[in-house]
Amino acid sequence: MPFLEIKSLEKRFGNVDVLKGIDLAIEEGGFLVLVGPSGCGKSTLLNTIAGLETITAGEIHINGRKVNDLHPSERDIAMVFQSYALYPNMTVAQNIAFGMEIKGVPKPERDKAVNDVSETLQIKHLLDRKPSQLSGGQRQRVAMGRALVRRPLVFLFDEPLSNLDAKLRVDMRTEIKRLHQSMKTTIVYVTHDQIEAMTLASRIAVLKDGILQQFGTPAEIYNHPSNMFVADFMGSPAMNLIPASVEANGHGLRLSMPQRSGDPLTLALPEGAGRIAKHAGGNVIFGIRPEALTDPDGADRNSAGVVLSECQIEVVEPAGSDTFAVTHLGGKQVVARLRADARVAAGSRMKLAFNLDKAVFFDPGTQLRIA
Amino acid sequence: MSAAAPDTAVRTASLTRILIYCALILFAFYYLLPLYVMLVNSVKPLDEIRQGDMLSLPQQFTLDPWFSAWSTAQIGVQPTGLKPYFLNSILMVVPAVAASTLLGALNGYVLTKWRFPGDNLVFTLMLLSCFIPFQIVLIPMAKVLGLLGIAGTTWGLSLVHAIYGIGFTTLFFRNYYEAFPTELVRAAMIDGASFFQIFRRILLPSSGPIIVVTVIWQFTNIWNDFLFGVSFADSYSLPMTVALNNLVSSSTGVKEYNVHFAGAILAALPTLIVYVVSGRYFVRGLMAGAVKG
Repeated sequence: MPFLEIKSLEKRFGNVDVLKGIDLAIEEGGFLVLVGPSGCGKSTLLNTIAGLETITAGEIHINGRKVNDLHPSERDIAMVFQSYALYPNMTVAQNIAFGMEIKGVPKPERDKAVNDVSETLQIKHLLDRKPSQLSGGQRQRVAMGRALVRRPLVFLFDEPLSNLDAKLRVDMRTEIKRLHQSMKTTIVYVTHDQIEAMTLASRIAVLKDGILQQFGTPAEIYNHPSNMFVADFMGSPAMNLIPASVEANGHGLRLSMPQRSGDPLTLALPEGAGRIAKHAGGNVIFGIRPEALTDPDGADRNSAGVVLSECQIEVVEPAGSDTFAVTHLGGKQVVARLRADARVAAGSRMKLAFNLDKAVFFDPGTQLRIA
Repeated sequence: MSAAAPDTAVRTASLTRILIYCALILFAFYYLLPLYVMLVNSVKPLDEIRQGDMLSLPQQFTLDPWFSAWSTAQIGVQPTGLKPYFLNSILMVVPAVAASTLLGALNGYVLTKWRFPGDNLVFTLMLLSCFIPFQIVLIPMAKVLGLLGIAGTTWGLSLVHAIYGIGFTTLFFRNYYEAFPTELVRAAMIDGASFFQIFRRILLPSSGPIIVVTVIWQFTNIWNDFLFGVSFADSYSLPMTVALNNLVSSSTGVKEYNVHFAGAILAALPTLIVYVVSGRYFVRGLMAGAVKG
C-alpha cells in the first residue's frame, strides 16, 4: 500500500484544465520530485496535496486516509514555500512555534520542540531574531524548522532553493538530502531544476501542460525517457535529438543523417535492434546524450555498441572538467562531450565515438520512444 | 571637452536650486498667511481688530477670545462655547474611524486572500460607493436612522460616517493586502490558524502604514464634515463644524471676530495635530498603495 497516493486527479480553473488526470504513488520514506517547465501544473499539484487548492476530480490518500476534503491543517503535512513565508512580525522561535501555539500546546512543550529542531538545523543562535534580520540561507533553515517541528507524515517543498544563490543552493540541496536520509520521512518536492530532481529524488514525475509525461526512478527517466519531451528536459546539456532515416542494407540496419557538407553520416546499428526494424525505410529521431558521443579514447570500452564516425567540428567549448564539441547532423546542432584534454580544433574533422547501446529512438510523429 | 563644462553644469544646478527654494518659500508664505491672520487676530482685543489692520501683531496680548470660544460664547441660543460640541465631534469621530478602519481591513483581507466568484464585482461596487455624493443619501439615510431610532444622536452620526467610509477604507486595505504575500496566509492555514487568527496574528501586525493612512483620512474627513452633521444631528448632538458655523454666523449681537478666529483654530486643531504627528506615514502609505495597487 503506497503511503501517498494520487488517483486520476483533475484540477480545473474555470475553463482551463490545469491537471489532466494525474496518477502517482510513493512509498513511505520516498522522495518524490515533481519536475517540469513553468506552467506545467507542478505547483498546483503540490497545493492540491496540501489542501490549499480544491480538486475537481480524483482522490488523494495519505497513509491510507482519503484527505480530499480535509483542511490543510488536518492532513498531517508540512510545507516549505518558495518565498519561505516566514511571519515577518514574529521572531524565529515564534515562527517555528506558531502552529503548536494555535493548537494550544503548552509553553514548556513548545519551547522544548523549538529547541530540538533548532539544534538539528543549527539555528539556535537565531531564535530571537526577526526574519528580516536573516540571510537567505538562514531563512531557508527556519522555514524547514517550521515544517520539521510539526513532525508531519509528508513534507511538501515548493521550489525551496530557487531564491538562493548558486553555491548555497548546492549546499542546501545536500543538506535536504542528508536530512531526508536521517529522518526517513516522505517528501514531495517541486522544482523546475532537473539537476535537483536527479540528485534528490527516489522517484521523479515529469509534468508538462498538466499531463504526467513519465513517472519513474531517476535512472529510468534519464536512460529510458518515454518521449522526446522528457529526453530533452532531463539532462544538461540536453540529449541530442537527431532526425535520421533507417536504411536496410542486406545484412543489417543503418542510420543515415545528412551532414552540412559531403555524404550523409551513416551508423551501422548493432544486432538485435528489433523494434527499429519496423521503421526501416522510414524516419526516426535518434536520441543520444552528449556523454554517449565522445572522442574514441574516452568511449566506454565495455560497451559493444560503440561506432566510430568522422564529423565536422564547428565549435569547441572547454568547460574545465570536460570539453564540449559541437557538430551538425540531420539539420540539428549536436553536442559531444569529450575528455578535457581531447585534442580537437574547431573547423577540423574528427572521429567521434557513438555509443549506440545508450541511444534511444523516437517516432517523429507521436514523439514517443520506440526503442 | 575642457574642464569648464562640468563647472557650468554645477553652476546651473545651484541656480536652479536657488530658484526652486525661492518659489517654495513664496508658496509656503502664501499658504501660511491665513493661519498667521487667524493666530494674531485671535489674541487681540476686539477694538484692535476694528481699527482695520488685520496683519499687524497684537499691541495688547489677550487669551480671552480663546476662553470665550471654548466655554462661554453664544452657540445658537446657548452660551456654552464650543466645548460640548468638541466632545460631540470626538464621540462621533472615534467610533466611526475605528469601525470603518476595522471593517475596511476585513474587507480588504477577504477580497485579496479569500477570493470568491464575483469578488471583483463586489469590490467595484464598493469602490463606486466612494463616488456617491453626500446629498443623494441624505433622505434615505434620514429614513434609516429614524427606523433604527437613533436619529438626532451622536451614535447615528457615527454610524452614517462609518458606513460612508467603508468604501474608502476597503480600497486602501485591498490595495495594500494585494501586495501582501499570499504564501504567508497559506503557511498560517497549514499551521492551523483560523480565518480571524490569520487576520489578527499575520495581517494586522504588518498593516501599520496603511492603518495610519486610513485613520488620518477617515479622521480628517469625518471631523471636517458639515453636511451630515447639519442634517442628522439635533441641537445637542451637533458636531464641532456645525457649532462653529452657528458661532460665526449668529445674526444677533456684536460680531466678535477674535472669538471666531479662536473658535476656527480650535475646530481645526485635531486634524492639524493628526497630520503633524503622522503626516509622513500618510505620504509614504499613499505612495505604496498607488505603486503596487
